[in-house]
Amino acid sequence: MAIDSTILEDVPADVAPALAAAAPNKRKLLFLRNSKALTGLAIMAFFGVIAVIGPWIAPYDPNAIGPDLLQPPSWSHWMGTTHTGQDIFSQILVGTRGVLVVGLTAGIIATLIGMVVGVTAGFVGGAGDETLSALSNIFLVIPQLPLIIIIAGQLPSAGGLTVAVIIAITGWAWGARVLRAQTLSLRKRDFIEAARANGERTWRIVGAEIMPNLTAIIAAGFVGTVTFAVLSQITLAFLGVTSVSDWNWGTILFWAQNNLALQRGAWWWFVPAGLCIALLGMALTLINFGIDEFVNPRLRSTGLRARDLRRRGIRPRIGFTPVVRETPAPGAAKEDQA
Amino acid sequence: MSVSTFPGAARGVAPTAADPVLEIRNLSVEYGYDENPTKVLRDVSLTLNRGEVLGLAGESGCGKSTLAYAATRLLPPPGLITGGSVIFRGRDGGEQDILTLSDKDLRASRWQDMAIVFQGAMNSLNPVHRIGRQIVDALQAHVPGISRSDAYDRAAHLLELVGISADRVRSYPHQLSGGMRQRVMIAMALALEPQVLIMDEPTTALDVVMQRQIVEQIAELRDRLGFSVIFITHDVSLLIEIADRIAIMYAGEIVEDAHAHDVYRRPRHPYSDGLLHSFPPLRGPRRELTGIPGSPPDLSRLPTGCPFRDRCEFAFDACATVTPRLTAPAVAGDTPGRSVACLRHDPAAVTAAGFTPQPVPDRLAL
Repeated sequence: MAIDSTILEDVPADVAPALAAAAPNKRKLLFLRNSKALTGLAIMAFFGVIAVIGPWIAPYDPNAIGPDLLQPPSWSHWMGTTHTGQDIFSQILVGTRGVLVVGLTAGIIATLIGMVVGVTAGFVGGAGDETLSALSNIFLVIPQLPLIIIIAGQLPSAGGLTVAVIIAITGWAWGARVLRAQTLSLRKRDFIEAARANGERTWRIVGAEIMPNLTAIIAAGFVGTVTFAVLSQITLAFLGVTSVSDWNWGTILFWAQNNLALQRGAWWWFVPAGLCIALLGMALTLINFGIDEFVNPRLRSTGLRARDLRRRGIRPRIGFTPVVRETPAPGAAKEDQA
Repeated sequence: MSVSTFPGAARGVAPTAADPVLEIRNLSVEYGYDENPTKVLRDVSLTLNRGEVLGLAGESGCGKSTLAYAATRLLPPPGLITGGSVIFRGRDGGEQDILTLSDKDLRASRWQDMAIVFQGAMNSLNPVHRIGRQIVDALQAHVPGISRSDAYDRAAHLLELVGISADRVRSYPHQLSGGMRQRVMIAMALALEPQVLIMDEPTTALDVVMQRQIVEQIAELRDRLGFSVIFITHDVSLLIEIADRIAIMYAGEIVEDAHAHDVYRRPRHPYSDGLLHSFPPLRGPRRELTGIPGSPPDLSRLPTGCPFRDRCEFAFDACATVTPRLTAPAVAGDTPGRSVACLRHDPAAVTAAGFTPQPVPDRLAL
């Protein structure tokens, strides 16, 4: 994987003239011109806003028992009610915060652990590498879900942050391995040798030379870990391992399952939560695709205008240069010659 | 299958213009898929005759490699061919346009019709396979029904062809020196008896002694096997040694196309003249090394008119607006068939644009 973000800084003139010519602040916004990343970020922003204001805009108290039992969606209850008359729309709104907080916290912690372990292992080599690699290998082969269930079950009051920490501790190893492999390959490159020959301190080499090259992997790993954390947390809540009175989408599914929502035909009880989970997962994946296309300068020109390329019939492939004879192109060429 | 199936073409027999093996016509290439791509090649035409060594020379970034890779459709994204045709003529006289071939046909045609020796060819060998196996793989992929032992015999024979002893088929790439690996690559390129061999700076990473050996080897093999070569390098002195014909490129265009000795002794374009004055001649009178001031223009912001005019000591008012085209030089008694893209040689275009034509300077009319 040759993701070299140093190239981002000086785009070769013959590869991306338009990018090089663009003003620097315009170049920073390039990521937002990727339709995939834009869609993903828009969905994330939507959920982010809900997470902040959800409890205030919720029309009912999610725990409040009402007179309308198991009602399908109506104007007074947009997503219907549970068997005890609780408003499902309010439960979704209130539950969003728990999902995002746990997902992001777990993602940040796991990425930090993975970064420290992976980069250190890759850079120091020798016994240190062996020890850290063994550690991450152990965490890789541990069956994650049972372990999380056991730990979460042992802790009496497993709140949102506890769950996040548990997920992070069991989910960092994959990122660490990827980072270690990339660091190993970077460490032997000429520019690191040159930095060493210039007398740069180890910390500077790691911080200023290696880390920028890992940005893409770290970003992608972070997004992946957040996805994993969200799904784990929802799984735990669905299984009823964590507190069933803290609202999140998994809790809704837990109650729906326990009260035979499917058998009773109460689709409005589980479909909204399921859709929200799917949407959030899709948003995170789209952001990941966007990062992927953005950080690779060669892919960037392609990724930014995928629709445009399809319209023009260009399929960028290595080894089979596309031939496109557009009507304006020969005309323009003739003008050049005239 | 043996080497004797190669049709012979003796050196010295001047390749005739009537027998082109590869014809590149008005090839245009762009980099970038956005609204303002860089037009790297603009209507480049070039003909390679059978049995000929054609040298492509020019500064870095003037489109030499792009031309070769576009003609074989090997340009990586975001390269885009926007026009022209590349006509390949087989031994049987059948014509095909490389640019319109289907993926399957293109894959079959590669290596068999046109083979490429890459710039860092020594690193093109897979380090975990013996070199014999790598040659055999290619043979088995392209020659249906060849037996394994036949293929190995052929591999050994190919190695001998490039001056490596046959028992080296059992060697791994790391057991060979850089020059030997380069020669293995040449042997591999020749494995399927291609008619066109494209060599992209095959000797740049080698020392001068090895350079000479390899260049001589290519010339000798060409005499024996009769393929055509496109030899890309920025080392003009090397080209004069090996090439029959030289095309000088500048800023994505061919500015001069002539026989090697004509280019060397009687350059017609100021840029070719400048290139030739940037290295010392081994024989002949001493002369001052001048070099070419400045650097090539940015291809994404090409000026109007002649792209070379800012660095040209013979530029005049017409050069700023009229784009020169390849024409026969305006020097009496020149070898027919040579062409140059310079307004000093094209008074008709200058007059047509309403400027006063300037005479060809003495240095460009030797």
